[in-house]
Amino acid sequence: MGAGHAHKLYKDVRSPVHALPAHCKLAAVFCFVVLVVVTPREAVWAFGAYALLLAAVAAASRVPPRHWLTRMAIEVPFVAFAVLLPFVAEGERITVLGMSLSEPGLWGAWNVLAKGTLGVAASVLLASTTGLNALLLGLARLRMPPLLCQIATFMVRYADVISDEMRRMRTARVSRGFEARGPRHWAVLAKSAGSLFIRSYERGERVHLAMLSRGYTGTMPPALGDGPAARAQWARSAALPLAALAICVTGWAS
Amino acid sequence: MHVPDGFIDAPVSAGTGVLAAVAVAASLRGARRELGGGLGEAGERTAPLAGLVAAFIFAVQMLNFPVAAGTSGHLLGGALAAILVGPCTGVLCVSVVLLLQGVLFADGGLTALGTNITDMGVVTVLVAYGLFRALLRVLPRRRSAVTVASFVAALVSVPAAAVAFTALYALGGTSDVSLGKVVAAMVGVHVLIGVGEAVITAATVGAVVAVRPDLVYAARDRLSVRLELRPSPLASTDAGTTAPAQEPATAPTDALEGSPARELESAPAQEPAKVPAPRRSARPLWLAGLAATVVCAGGLSFYASASPDGLEKVAADNGIDEKAEDHAAEDSPLADYGVKDIANTRLSGGLAGVIGAGATLAVGSGVFVVVRRRRGADGGASAAAPQPADAPAER
Repeated sequence: MGAGHAHKLYKDVRSPVHALPAHCKLAAVFCFVVLVVVTPREAVWAFGAYALLLAAVAAASRVPPRHWLTRMAIEVPFVAFAVLLPFVAEGERITVLGMSLSEPGLWGAWNVLAKGTLGVAASVLLASTTGLNALLLGLARLRMPPLLCQIATFMVRYADVISDEMRRMRTARVSRGFEARGPRHWAVLAKSAGSLFIRSYERGERVHLAMLSRGYTGTMPPALGDGPAARAQWARSAALPLAALAICVTGWAS
Repeated sequence: MHVPDGFIDAPVSAGTGVLAAVAVAASLRGARRELGGGLGEAGERTAPLAGLVAAFIFAVQMLNFPVAAGTSGHLLGGALAAILVGPCTGVLCVSVVLLLQGVLFADGGLTALGTNITDMGVVTVLVAYGLFRALLRVLPRRRSAVTVASFVAALVSVPAAAVAFTALYALGGTSDVSLGKVVAAMVGVHVLIGVGEAVITAATVGAVVAVRPDLVYAARDRLSVRLELRPSPLASTDAGTTAPAQEPATAPTDALEGSPARELESAPAQEPAKVPAPRRSARPLWLAGLAATVVCAGGLSFYASASPDGLEKVAADNGIDEKAEDHAAEDSPLADYGVKDIANTRLSGGLAGVIGAGATLAVGSGVFVVVRRRRGADGGASAAAPQPADAPAER
């Protein structure tokens, strides 16, 4: 709990990208992803250019390539879906390597694959260069409703506590020789989930009372941040979406 | 089921984003009422407890349930959140979980966040909560009714989300897969997922109801028991009361662990119900599951299969009608989720849904039978984690 809540993706190195304020980075990544999504899929070169842009940012962030490439594995289920697409989609059939594939299906697969991969890569880069607290502060600065920010903050605070509790319960199960092998063990796991809920909720009630006794009234004290971002920082973070905008416009024009 | 970027086109993503924002804004207001106790209270309880439940949902999604050799699924948690903490808080919690999953773990695209929240947050939670409340109104006032209702609610909520996803896909999908196939794949897979989700949600809610019925928001008014004072079971052993006499060996530990709670919460009322409950709840559970599956599969595909007609018509109008070949290629009698030789597409779709549901149900009941049979051998509590809160009710 006291370990600074570093999340799994965060890579703590010093770089110009790490130094940018979180809300600038969030806005930049969001604009970038939107631009990627609206780019027509026929402009194949544009996606290559986007990938180069991201690679440049990654190089500037000094995050080891292995770190963020392995973190992109989260995308695998959709890669499987994309591979399936040419076989099930309708439209004109073309023959590639002796297999009859649907041409719109191939385009669709390319579309999902390219845009999805770029989106995941951008998100992973954001997550590996931005700490958890900075990210939450950034969301608050981007005018997310305060209550929602607080809920997210509390969730992050409690996530470690609850997963620790869950780990302890798992250890207890394992040390009694329990091993979940199939649906017949669901009942045990579900009962664990039930008592996990009760334990966490009762703990949450105690924490809430403790907070009340320390003067909590429903709003958090103003968060300690770096203050509003300087114009230079905004300009630096805008480099990525602006370059992407140029590519997107060219993609539509061609 | 986290939708990535580029799966749904930009206008529809923007539309669902607005929809999700409205839903979250409405839930922010409603959550104060759900967590704050009374109507007039300040909402200072909202953030800590909603955050806690969000973290719980997040943790439960990491709890993997083995399905068969090698594969495992995890809980989606929408129905569970709706039943345990109410619809508004449920929407908020699932939305926050999805937001942080998108930002921190790149799970689900940033532009698809609205789609994901609408689909997995709003639809799942609302369907589950509505169904749960409706069922509670119909079923008798018993604790097993809560289990049955949460089973059905969770069972239906997952395919409902799949149907909602298909609708969004029909509006703004970026790849040309025929809608019938998407419906078939999504609903087919998600009915199966729904069975797992239902079993686990029902068992989880059952475990919570057994210990702290006041924590189950959606059933709070149905399960509220008036405070009653009873003489201590230890003091009146000679009076010949049957409940303590059944287990003389465990009575002292009971007195140590749970006697204050017992006296206050009218535990004797829970106690006799607990012993026959598993046996009695089996058939209603199964029947309700059957009914829900048939309604869900038959009814939903009855309506869902109305839309491919529209798309097929458009496809025919645009001259890209290659579908005849596709149908010929698939020899299965249920190809494309329609029964061959039945002209009425709606009816055939519905029928195929029912047949599919029958097969699913056979598998599901097989699972149940196995679970039932093994439960006695496993001895539930001894295999479970040490759960001090759970233990007295479990025994």
